[in-house]
Amino acid sequence: MLATSRHFEAAAQAGLANQNLQRALGLARTGFPLRRRLAVERLPEFEALRETGRSIKDHTLQHLDFYLELYESQVVASGGKVHWARTSEEACAAVLRICRSVGAKLVTKGKSMVAEEVGLNDALEANGITPVETDLGEYIIQLRHEPPSHIIAPAIHLVKEQVADTFRAEHRSLDPDRLLAEPRQMCDEARSVLRPRFLAADVGITGANFLIAETGSSIIVTNEGNGDLTQTLPRIHIVMTSIEKLVPTFEDAATLLRLLARSATGQEFSSYTTISTGPRRPDDLDGPEQYHVVLLDNGRSAMIGTEFQDMLRCIRCSACMNHCPVYAAVGGHAYGWVYPGPMGAVLTPGLIGIEEAGHLPNASTFCGRCESVCPVKIPLPKMMRHWREREFAKKLSPPAYRSGLAAWAWVARRPGLYHALAEIGSRALGWAGSRRGRFRTLPLASGWTGVRDMPAPEGRSFHSLWAERQTSGVAR
Amino acid sequence: MSEARERILGAIRSSLGRGRLDPDAEADLRARIGAHRRNLVPVRATALDERARVELFIAMAEEVQARVTRVGSPTEVPEAIARYLAAENLPAELVMAPDPSIDDIPWDTWPLLQIRRGRAEAEDRVSVTHCHAAIAETGTLMLISGAQTPTTLNFLPEAHIVVVRRDQVVATYEDGWDRLRTVETTGGLPRAVNFVTGPSRTADIEQHIELGAHGPGRLHIVFIEDVRVARSERDDGYSAPAG
Repeated sequence: MLATSRHFEAAAQAGLANQNLQRALGLARTGFPLRRRLAVERLPEFEALRETGRSIKDHTLQHLDFYLELYESQVVASGGKVHWARTSEEACAAVLRICRSVGAKLVTKGKSMVAEEVGLNDALEANGITPVETDLGEYIIQLRHEPPSHIIAPAIHLVKEQVADTFRAEHRSLDPDRLLAEPRQMCDEARSVLRPRFLAADVGITGANFLIAETGSSIIVTNEGNGDLTQTLPRIHIVMTSIEKLVPTFEDAATLLRLLARSATGQEFSSYTTISTGPRRPDDLDGPEQYHVVLLDNGRSAMIGTEFQDMLRCIRCSACMNHCPVYAAVGGHAYGWVYPGPMGAVLTPGLIGIEEAGHLPNASTFCGRCESVCPVKIPLPKMMRHWREREFAKKLSPPAYRSGLAAWAWVARRPGLYHALAEIGSRALGWAGSRRGRFRTLPLASGWTGVRDMPAPEGRSFHSLWAERQTSGVAR
Repeated sequence: MSEARERILGAIRSSLGRGRLDPDAEADLRARIGAHRRNLVPVRATALDERARVELFIAMAEEVQARVTRVGSPTEVPEAIARYLAAENLPAELVMAPDPSIDDIPWDTWPLLQIRRGRAEAEDRVSVTHCHAAIAETGTLMLISGAQTPTTLNFLPEAHIVVVRRDQVVATYEDGWDRLRTVETTGGLPRAVNFVTGPSRTADIEQHIELGAHGPGRLHIVFIEDVRVARSERDDGYSAPAG
């Protein structure tokens, strides 16, 4: 997928001004956190499970080469095939080879963020193969030619009226006067439109939430059942996934599954958790005749052993973006690539480069909610800070910002001077703002005062107040 | 072996700052796998006795909009299904798993039920299956694929009826998987293991939860309380109509 992360600032402004988006985000920003909290409160072991989940993933990453080789040998033993892909191009080429081998024309797809990452739909279409997204949200945005704006709720940026308009424009064989006012009607319409596609598809492509090394199995977690129809009905099932999805055993997967749905939607368990191992057996009555796994690296192996390795623990639950004030304000499209929110702000520069994605780790207030809800305890704010350091070291930020920061750093390293300047500054601002108690405009601070007033200081600096309390003993 | 494979494994090893693991380290990892050691498992279901575990399974299943009908013995199953179909305005035509483990149910006692046995096809509206285990922790059904248990029955029709016997209720996912491991020794893992928790649903439009997105919008559990009766009836020589 083509990245537009360079234009984050403009895209964020556009998001703030988009009334439909703001209405849609309003529903999400209360719903997700509330449901997650209720689910977590019901499970006393949740905090301990987060620690266990973290250690399972860390253990696997430390021995990833071993587990990948074991996994591949078990896929082969169960009659499947693994296709290794270093890059998006190699991944798309592998899928195209498989599709061509059976003359596939129609491909159904379960939701896969890795498929978004490699731009699979474009590659299929360019080669005369029609991909049909079957997850309701993915289907809606495919009709609208938009990228997903959220990793588990891809159409979360839309309100129902927009969905109805899209269905009317695209489902032209249906009665134009039909009622499409409520989600129920749209859901039924999508079900009836997609059903024949499920049955006609030559190839079904899904992602994987986890891969089990011991058994060579892939796991998908869905609520709609679209992933299961996608991987059961066609002759060929392709699993589009990446190397960090591995866990050693079913027992390890079970721990992460207990964390996943609760962190994501606040469900106790998603409707469907399916563990697939190889193609149909000789006496099976259904299931695919071929089972392929496309295993993508795309920069992940290079993150191991760096300060960004922890990001490879991510299980793609979306709790971080569901609790992020920046995501909640600007929506997912502003981030300009596949992965939005805090996890995207860390992962995107790792996969497409800090040169492309430098804005994303800066789009954070460092409030820390993302880390506090992460089911595998990824230190997201710390890693955004690492990216900011790299961006600064590579001289990628604007000159005015860099010289301002350099000047501040010079002063901050001289505490006497810093305290004196702070005291003078707060006294001057306190005096200048004493009548109104706030500033509508300030030189060098238009970014702040453009959207809100700056409160006037009361005339003393924190340092001087603190020193006074220390000497008078109040703080003890 | 492909070049990409060697390059990816090589890149991982170089990032980890080591070469291939030595045989001792690999043996340790194989031992970790072979032990099938459970991680922390919530006590919610494990701390319960049999009676409470069954009640937890039913309460959790109902919480996610599965409908549960409790019957005393297998002989009551056909009537329970017929009544459910009538109440839900569904046709009395069933596609049923060709699974001998539901053959002790006297299907011919309710002749209005038309039964075809096999995999589900596009036109089938109601399916009936058995399950491998019922997991109390979250009200989850565990179904496995096989010659007698095709997966399409679990996903294609709009209503899925699952016959659950009391002795199939286990506490956790791991318990269900352990039951599978004992079966597995005879022929490897099944192609698909489906954990089903309530009917199909979506919240993709304005976070509004709607049932029946692509899979069955109705999940009906017929729960047989007395497994002892089931066995004695089978011993009496009853056999189900051929499919």
